[in-house]
Amino acid sequence: MAALWPLPLLISGSLWACLAMNLPEPHNGSLLVGFNTSHVSPSADLPSALRVFSLDYHHVQAPFEIVLWIMLASLAKLGFHWSGRVPAVVPESCVLIMVGLLVGGVIYGVRHSAPPTLSADAFFLFLLPPIVLDAGYFLPGRLFFENLGTILWYAVLGTLWNILGIGLSLYGVCLLAPSSLGDISLLHCLLFGSLIAAVDPVAVLSVFQEMHVNEQLHILVFGESLLNDAVTVVLYKLFESFLRLSSVTGLDVLVGGCRVVVVGLGGLFVGLFFGLVTALTSRFTSRAQVIAPLFVFLYSYLSYLTSEMLHFSGIVAIVTCAVTMKQYVEANVSEHSNTSIQYFLKMWSSVSETLIFIFLGVSTIQDIHMWSWPFVCSTLLLCLVWRTTGVLLLTAVVNKLRRNAVTFRDQFIIAYGGLRGAICFSLVFLIDDFPKKRLFITTTIVVILFTVFVQGMTIKPLVELLDVKRKKRALPTVSEEIHSRLLDHLLSGIEDVVGYWGQHYWKDRFEQFNRKYLRRVLIGEHHQARSSILRVYQELERREQRGEEAPPVVDPRPSSRPLLPEEMDSIRRILSRNLQNFNNKQTPAYSRHTLHQNVTTDRMRKPLHRHMSLPLRCTYNTITHCPQRDDGEFSYRGRAQLSRSHTVCSASRRWSEPPGTLVPALQDRTLDHKPAEEEHHSPQHKAAIERATKKHLSFVLENEKQL
Amino acid sequence: MGSSSSRLSNIPNGQELMQETGFSDAHLLRLYERFQFLDKDNKGHLRSEDFEAVRELSKNPIGDRIVEAFFLPGQETVDFPSFVRVLAHFRPKEKNRTREGAQQEPEPANSRNQKLKFAFRLYDRDRDGKISRVELLQVLREMLGMQVTEEQLQSIAERAIQEADLDKDDTISFDEFRKISFHADPHRNRTGEARACLLEGKQT
Repeated sequence: MAALWPLPLLISGSLWACLAMNLPEPHNGSLLVGFNTSHVSPSADLPSALRVFSLDYHHVQAPFEIVLWIMLASLAKLGFHWSGRVPAVVPESCVLIMVGLLVGGVIYGVRHSAPPTLSADAFFLFLLPPIVLDAGYFLPGRLFFENLGTILWYAVLGTLWNILGIGLSLYGVCLLAPSSLGDISLLHCLLFGSLIAAVDPVAVLSVFQEMHVNEQLHILVFGESLLNDAVTVVLYKLFESFLRLSSVTGLDVLVGGCRVVVVGLGGLFVGLFFGLVTALTSRFTSRAQVIAPLFVFLYSYLSYLTSEMLHFSGIVAIVTCAVTMKQYVEANVSEHSNTSIQYFLKMWSSVSETLIFIFLGVSTIQDIHMWSWPFVCSTLLLCLVWRTTGVLLLTAVVNKLRRNAVTFRDQFIIAYGGLRGAICFSLVFLIDDFPKKRLFITTTIVVILFTVFVQGMTIKPLVELLDVKRKKRALPTVSEEIHSRLLDHLLSGIEDVVGYWGQHYWKDRFEQFNRKYLRRVLIGEHHQARSSILRVYQELERREQRGEEAPPVVDPRPSSRPLLPEEMDSIRRILSRNLQNFNNKQTPAYSRHTLHQNVTTDRMRKPLHRHMSLPLRCTYNTITHCPQRDDGEFSYRGRAQLSRSHTVCSASRRWSEPPGTLVPALQDRTLDHKPAEEEHHSPQHKAAIERATKKHLSFVLENEKQL
Repeated sequence: MGSSSSRLSNIPNGQELMQETGFSDAHLLRLYERFQFLDKDNKGHLRSEDFEAVRELSKNPIGDRIVEAFFLPGQETVDFPSFVRVLAHFRPKEKNRTREGAQQEPEPANSRNQKLKFAFRLYDRDRDGKISRVELLQVLREMLGMQVTEEQLQSIAERAIQEADLDKDDTISFDEFRKISFHADPHRNRTGEARACLLEGKQT
């Protein structure tokens, strides 16, 4: 019965949309018509008397329709999640496309003309940036950079291989069927190849996030889909300009090659620039915290627009911007602002993605389809074939250079997970008109639908079949963190002894540079950086602390000194200055639907009983250099603030802890107790702490949805 | 690289070392060149000052521990075989390689166990087979620098010991250590292999 829930929603939503579409005179073309509809009511008769009730739709038409579409998309999404067993089988993107098809069909049936299509401008300027920004902001930095070489390898070479392969083979097919396909030239085929070969980040994300594969695989596919934008867009524009030229020389091809590099690097630098500017601006937002998130969004969007203006790769720019500014912004802005940023990003990217898929469905209902069996089928086949061979070949080469080989199963998933999406769709609409353009559009739609539906739906069972390595979920404990850190240092040291530079060298060098210069400039005085050991530590501490109302229990065994939360906070603050930030294992957060996996209340642990011997609070004040307005706010803000750097914190829970409760507790202890003796070990802790340690090992602090 | 066999003969006990540690002759040659580079006075062995001359190592928080790990207990010099034996812990694993005359009994130097033992030695300076709280504190102090107060260090060390110490004897034995590193190793085989790959010029 749960499956019937979405039907009323969808039906009402689509009827509503159709009604809205029918009220004014039908208009085809882009949805975003702007505000050029007349504001004057077109009624012919002048009112002779005042009307009590009137309807002026034209006044609000454009925003009204936009809102209706977004509403439809969101309701569909809601319905999807309420519909019982469906999410387990069908990925969200498929359902949304189906809804789009339904709505498009209804509109077509009612109006007998094509429904509004997704305009390329609207897509590239409004719908794509939030998604890419969200992806870039939550990108697991370390993993990404560790695998950057491989990702670039797949993105650049793989895409080139696909484009040339598909283009040339399609031309061969066209030559074989000259009757129907004879007027498609080689350049057209290459152009088509360039837009159809691109793996789409939106589609990939939406499908992969519902499968929990191991992080390395995820980052490979996802990183590739992000970075191949540079290659795709350049080649697309290149072929398009070739089409306009009378003849193509070798020099033009060479120039084209240079352009790829320029486009990629240009995007990178634009992104870097804006990222640093954002970081610097965020340093000064302490007095106007409410608008701090706005800067993040504005500057990121600006980087995208600037990059597009200069014909660089906007996606690369916005991803770079997000990656650059993230650590500084998180350090600088307040807790609430951080949460706002993350939630808004998630929300916008969710809405964007939903809209894109709905429009894909709606735009499929067109008058302008042209079908050609050989062309369409061969395109489908060639896409699969070339991608598979490309992945196999490239992996064979890159495995010799990698430490962690990409296994055969991983390769299969990479090849099979190469979904096409809305980018292809928009690009195909942008082609200059020529006789067979409609064929291209039809083929693109078919390929997109095929990849999203067939590949999207079957990839999960196939993954389970092949038993791809799943991500590990456990949060590392402090000792694990320490050990990891030690290993990193060790490896770095051995590297120095042996005398070879490698990634550790560059990472260390960057960290030093970061520490000495960037952090000083970009982070405000009283904000401090975090380190992963500390994050783990504070997260564990916080969990134990939540249950801390019961009176202490006496335990006969000798135990260690108390672990007081405020101490921990200040520890972390100091320590974070020193520890290098190697470990980002717990960062992936690609979920579209939730920000983090909030720890539910039933996980509330038994209290950690503390023996209160607290050093003078002034010690911490001096150490942390924090300008405190009042103690309560300091401790609340401090405690909460630190946790923000960690993407896996449960934001909502923290808001429920009022600051006031912390203050009296602290003040009690300050007054009652003397400075701690460091070697004081009280018995009752050990047992409680043991319980604590056993507990946290079973935490699942990652944000993954439970399978 | 030239004819490696002719250069290899310059290395004393080259063949036996290759057998013992599993390095290829190219690797061994590279290591020998490095050894000679570090050994500025051409003494034939290395002292701790030679290690300290490596600039980056002195910046490494646990640099002196690493250096110490090269020296066998009680010795003050490191000759080339010892140098290679220590580095053998970080040799890349070759899956299908069989060593001539190799027995199954002695574990290859770069097995996971050996690597962990090596790492354990980094913590356990007095070589008593257990990491005590004091030793852990020292490591933390080195890794975390000067700006940490003693109490804070104590807390973290405390926490780490509590998590790892399963038999509650207030120290971390090798088995407990192994369990930690099992979780700490994200790819389960990462210990030392990044380094080894660099010996061959690979990237991850």
